[in-house]
Amino acid sequence: MSLLTIENLRIAFPARGGFTEVVRGVNLEVQQGETVGLVGESGSGKSLSCRSIIRLMPSHAQMTANVQFDGCDVMAMSRKALRDHRAHNVGMIFQDPFSCFNPTKRIGEQVAETLRVNAGMDKSSAHARAIELLASVEIDRPEQRYRAFPHELSGGMRQRVMIAIAISAGPRLLIADEPTTALDVTTQAQILKLIEQRRRDLNMAVLLVSHDFGVIAQACQRVAVMYGGYVVESGPVTEICARPQHPYTRALLESIPSLESAGHHVRRAGIPGQPPSAGETGPGCPFAGRCAFARPECAGVDMSLEVVGDAHATACPFVRTISATSEAGGA
Amino acid sequence: MLLSVQDLTKRFRLRRSLGEFVTRRPGDSALAVDHVSFDLAKGEILGLAGGSGSGKTTLARMLIRLVEPDEGVITVDGRSVRDARGHELREIRRRMQMVFQDPYASLNPRMTVGTAILEAGRVHHQPGSEDGDAFVSKFLDLVRLPSSMAVRHPSELSGGQRQRVAVARALAIGPEVLIADEAVSALDVSIQTQLLNLFLDLRDELGLAILFVAHQLSVIAEVADRVAIMHLGVIVEIGTTAEVFHNPQDEYTKSLLASHPQPVPLDASREIRIVE
Repeated sequence: MSLLTIENLRIAFPARGGFTEVVRGVNLEVQQGETVGLVGESGSGKSLSCRSIIRLMPSHAQMTANVQFDGCDVMAMSRKALRDHRAHNVGMIFQDPFSCFNPTKRIGEQVAETLRVNAGMDKSSAHARAIELLASVEIDRPEQRYRAFPHELSGGMRQRVMIAIAISAGPRLLIADEPTTALDVTTQAQILKLIEQRRRDLNMAVLLVSHDFGVIAQACQRVAVMYGGYVVESGPVTEICARPQHPYTRALLESIPSLESAGHHVRRAGIPGQPPSAGETGPGCPFAGRCAFARPECAGVDMSLEVVGDAHATACPFVRTISATSEAGGA
Repeated sequence: MLLSVQDLTKRFRLRRSLGEFVTRRPGDSALAVDHVSFDLAKGEILGLAGGSGSGKTTLARMLIRLVEPDEGVITVDGRSVRDARGHELREIRRRMQMVFQDPYASLNPRMTVGTAILEAGRVHHQPGSEDGDAFVSKFLDLVRLPSSMAVRHPSELSGGQRQRVAVARALAIGPEVLIADEAVSALDVSIQTQLLNLFLDLRDELGLAILFVAHQLSVIAEVADRVAIMHLGVIVEIGTTAEVFHNPQDEYTKSLLASHPQPVPLDASREIRIVE
């Protein structure tokens, strides 16, 4: 049985008398211990989708879904059960670690506070455990760092402390929402490696949200590509990087600048136009307006995923004819 | 050489301790940019890469004296930027324009796109700026935006469109050097490509020289002719893009390249590579 199953997730916000749907029927599964990536551009609905797992929604949002976590129905949880779910089952880290800390409290105390509230530890054992946790996220001299304030730490350090807090209860799932976007590449690599090590040691699953396909490709086994509130393609990362099927995934992968092409003055085709903003898209495929292979039938596509290979599925029903034409064009 | 920089240095003074204050000793200072030299030719794109805190933004800002350098020489067409005063400084700032990372912050929210472009042109008495509409259309066209954009406010535009407007406004002044400080970093990948192509087009059409500051190495790899890598205020390596990226000599450059994430087709390297 999967650790997490999200079925038909829909999230809508009130707009001009009605509701605008920004997540439009997302299905997602995460198995025990695996790393799953959620990739997409801003406004594609990836952050909202992952927040649905702990029902962390703005109060005016309308969310309907069937979310099963380890056999429990998250949508049916009482306030108390939801609190326990957030405390013990799922850890979450965010893009900006600075705004997640209380700037007036020492970081060690903030780690210890989590332990005292969630695990009911007394002051001294929480202190000792907090230092262990800081050490486990590779913060050197954890006893001294315990007394540091958030502003005294670098961005990478703060993200490490965030990870320490997120894993303090030994969660089954870690949600990492753009955890390295604000960091330098060298720090980014260290944080990704740290998440990977903690995942192995604690046998937890990781849901990694990123706009950067490079990050996803290096850290994840499976990936779901989101566009305009839909998952347009999902499958093993290696498979999707090597044989992308949905025209959006193809165009996205072709847009990514590469170090390999240094000095060759490549000019990438990119994707014309811009991503749809919420409420702009009607029925059918939201990518049709920018798609090089668009056809009249695209307006009637229902965006359900069809299996095209081993665990590989895409929402575009025309992929077979598209690969035939693009191969003929390329040859 | 269009733009030439020699031994440019900037120290930022740190806060003095009470003891230093009382005894009138100078406080400690941090070397943000440490004797940096480079040249930029007409029609050339020089990439400037480095981690956060490496001094690349301070360097870019010193070129148009948004930050005053402590030492060193900057010349544009042989004329000293540091000695320029009044009219001459304005002229130098006309010739070198900057595009910033955050187009939400760099455009006046209460000014329409057209007014912003026209005002920039008029302040610097650009030819054609008497005829407002034609002037605005010309520059919107140059950044591939429809002339109908002129009446819009920045809040009605997407991030990519705003950045195009910021570029159009910079071009309206008639610069020869464009300094793009992380100008594409905040944009989504598909929009980023469009902007990169725009910079390449502008170089080809107008013969602009571009100093392209970015932390994303792969972006620089694709647009720059030459690249300079900065670390702790020093240019540790400078050369043609192909040389630096395919055959890096400096240890820091090597570590930057090694930790750069790439979507690897097929399972070539699963392990994340780290060089401390």
